[in-house]
Amino acid sequence: MSYSHEVGDYQTAQTLETFGFLPKLTQDEVYDQIAYLIAQGLTPAIEHELPANAGHHYWTMWKLPFFGETDLNAVVSEIDACRRAYPDHHVRLIGYDNYTQSQGVCFVVHEGRS
Amino acid sequence: MPGVFAVASGGIHIWHMPALVTIFGDDSMLQFGGGTQGHPWGNAAGAAANRVALEASVKARNEGREIEKEARDILTEAAKHSPELAIAMETWKEIKFEFDTVDKLDVN
Repeated sequence: MSYSHEVGDYQTAQTLETFGFLPKLTQDEVYDQIAYLIAQGLTPAIEHELPANAGHHYWTMWKLPFFGETDLNAVVSEIDACRRAYPDHHVRLIGYDNYTQSQGVCFVVHEGRS
Repeated sequence: MPGVFAVASGGIHIWHMPALVTIFGDDSMLQFGGGTQGHPWGNAAGAAANRVALEASVKARNEGREIEKEARDILTEAAKHSPELAIAMETWKEIKFEFDTVDKLDVN
């Protein structure tokens, strides 16, 4: 459930971390972010989880991280495959940073039904 | 040493956000004290305004925009979806912190 964009009950407003306070990203905006991730030399990876468990620290991995992947379309088709396999789940995209040995980018690309 | 968190603190508010993102990047800590508590609708609305401004700046930077030059456009755009940010922009637009450097205590 994304931020409602109304002033109101902050106690119960649920957000999904990065970009959680912005309106839902359009398809093109998501592509821009993926292109940025690849241009930064980060390793794309996909994770998914039931909305009810989205607050957990660990989400389930979708395959392994895509080491060396530099094709935007390949990443997009993996996201679509993950969405097809788990239509009820939130899906997030991660960019692993070899240098800092941590996540450089992480944001939700698809929200499941909750 | 690959991992360092720079910290920006003291007198910062939403209008500084594009500059802060440019200077410090992703791995930084932005300590908004008065910039949160001073929001006319209270601290929860202040925190929401800060988050919207930060995320709009990060998103625009990732899209390749020059966020310092386009700061006003980016924040105005984001404020369309966030009444909290719109009010915060109004609140802080006239406030500047321009003090001389203090290099000794001014006591006699």
